[in-house]
Amino acid sequence: MTSTVTSASDIAAKSSGQNLRFYGVWVVAAIALVALPLIFSSGGSLTSFSLIGIAIIFALSYNILLGETGLLSFGHAVHYGLGGFAAVHLMNAVTAHGWPIPLPLIPLVGGIGGLGLALLIGWVMTRRAGTVFAMISLGIGELVASSSLILRSVFGGESGISTDRTALPHIFGWTFGPQIQVYYLIAFWVLVSAIAMCALTRTPLGRICNAVRDNPGRVEFIGYDPHVVRYLAYCFAGFFAGIAGGLAAINFEIANSAYLGAVQSGMVLFATFIGGASYFFGPILGAILVTYLQLGLTSVTSVWQLYFGIIFIGIVMFAPGGIAGLLMMHRPLIRARTLGMVIPSYLVAALPTLALACGVILVIETVARYATGGGEGSIVRLFGIPFNTTAPATWGTAAVLVVGGFIVARITWRRITEAWDRAASIARDRGYLA
Amino acid sequence: MTPAIEVRAVEKHFGNVSIIKDLNLSVAQGERHAIIGPNGAGKSTTFNLISGYLSPSSGEIRLNGDVISGLRPFEINRRGLSRSFQVTNVFARMTVWENVRCAVLWATGHRYAFWKNVDDLPEVRRRTAEILDDIHLSHRRDVPAGLLTYAEQRELEIGITIAGGANVIMLDEPTAGMSHAETERAVALIRRLTEGRTLVIVEHDMSVVFGLADRISVLVYGNIIASGTPEEIRANPKVKEAYLGEEAH
Repeated sequence: MTSTVTSASDIAAKSSGQNLRFYGVWVVAAIALVALPLIFSSGGSLTSFSLIGIAIIFALSYNILLGETGLLSFGHAVHYGLGGFAAVHLMNAVTAHGWPIPLPLIPLVGGIGGLGLALLIGWVMTRRAGTVFAMISLGIGELVASSSLILRSVFGGESGISTDRTALPHIFGWTFGPQIQVYYLIAFWVLVSAIAMCALTRTPLGRICNAVRDNPGRVEFIGYDPHVVRYLAYCFAGFFAGIAGGLAAINFEIANSAYLGAVQSGMVLFATFIGGASYFFGPILGAILVTYLQLGLTSVTSVWQLYFGIIFIGIVMFAPGGIAGLLMMHRPLIRARTLGMVIPSYLVAALPTLALACGVILVIETVARYATGGGEGSIVRLFGIPFNTTAPATWGTAAVLVVGGFIVARITWRRITEAWDRAASIARDRGYLA
Repeated sequence: MTPAIEVRAVEKHFGNVSIIKDLNLSVAQGERHAIIGPNGAGKSTTFNLISGYLSPSSGEIRLNGDVISGLRPFEINRRGLSRSFQVTNVFARMTVWENVRCAVLWATGHRYAFWKNVDDLPEVRRRTAEILDDIHLSHRRDVPAGLLTYAEQRELEIGITIAGGANVIMLDEPTAGMSHAETERAVALIRRLTEGRTLVIVEHDMSVVFGLADRISVLVYGNIIASGTPEEIRANPKVKEAYLGEEAH
């Protein structure tokens, strides 16, 4: 079936192939980042892309902890926030003293801010993994968030500290006034940070982080101190989170207590988990999706957080590997050429599942409008169709969609499972699944 | 010559419960030493004490003449002692290749390096490939360790243990739960891989013990009641009474 002897040259060839793929992916990513604003050039999309870029760095930094080292942090935003404040303070100092530091270097200062805090608190935090670490991170998050409101001179209280990114020394004639220039600044740091973090996973430290994630007890018996490994991972995560925070400060020209609060910490956990923590590109997908949902849903519905909650619960329950996990599940099937066996069952399931989703949305919107007391009127427009929230017909439609959709969808889901099992067993026979 | 391992008057108690009482053990350099004894005699605790997983309540443990009692497991490992576990204890989500490679990294001096590409370290690659060949798992190198069969996981466990090149190897029931054929294979593997090194082994299978060990120590209720060559142990009346008697019939 497979050869039993793997020669050293095989391994060398494999490794150089991996390197080629590594560089190829990043060249493509660079081209995409440059080309994106040429295709979508509206002000709205530039703002969205900028926010997505920041979210990508932040989520990737979070995944150094969650996916790579197995540390669940509820307070990662403290490093993002500290990075933001470090950047804002330095920008104001540069402007005041006329120091020759151009704007593109400011995110690095954000990173140093995030790293500084990580160096300081990380050693105590990473003594233990698991629940202890999670609880301490929650406590630290609250501590830093509340001190940001108390230490007004540093954090600017409720209103935060604002800055002017265009007042810094210009470089190559770029003022960084227009959003497009800020976008390219963010895109540059996204690329550099993503490459650095991806490379980090391929170093001895990166692999030992994985070992600590899988089995910290065993790591102690192969010469490594898991505490040191967790601490180093924590410092790297803090550094890159600080870069993201510095970019956010440049983008919004302000840093305030919301940067380092629990909501921000929750969002990055959310994005990383939805995207999939087991793969490097997972958090990138998650950051894109969550930022888009945040921007898109808030203008469509007042209860957008409810949808976030539903999506999160759905992913945790049905696809714990996140979107990346769902995608990568199909890889052995593609290799074994059995993907065609499951696609029809997906298509069959799509219709009733969509009906179910529409029903759920109708229920949520109707109930939300009904419960808020009808101040905004009793008509909800969904998919261009007006629904009267007080009419029995609306409730009836919702009930039919939810119940009927669920009953039919369940049957089609079962067919997906069956088709999947058949395809997977063939893939296994062909040697593409362990 | 200094013994590889020397345990002097070690005691271990958890609260009021005394698990190990006045334990004395000496393992010479290059010796294959088996520790046997009934269930609950303290064999695994002895392993845990020597490897640093537990620290003794009193007494002293020396590795190649240096005191190691009270040191953390990774410090003891860096001084050249490596152990396996009774319950398979691998890195389940990582591939077989990565499992072994992680165990090679410290010994090849790469430590916590975050500036080197782990795939571009020729020495690490060569040693990892060698170990995989040794434990007959080269053809499974890209399989996540959690998906291996039980016997393969046991072999990987031994591979991880020896990968760092430690000169004192401690194996905790390496053949537990294996079929007869698998056991024979594992014993041949252990014999070959620990050639020229010091081996301490805990084992229930008496054919393995008497086939492999140069010396045997018998542990009963946290105390070593006899220590000697297989012939001496076989002939020892105290051992017969306490342990082998019930095994033989």
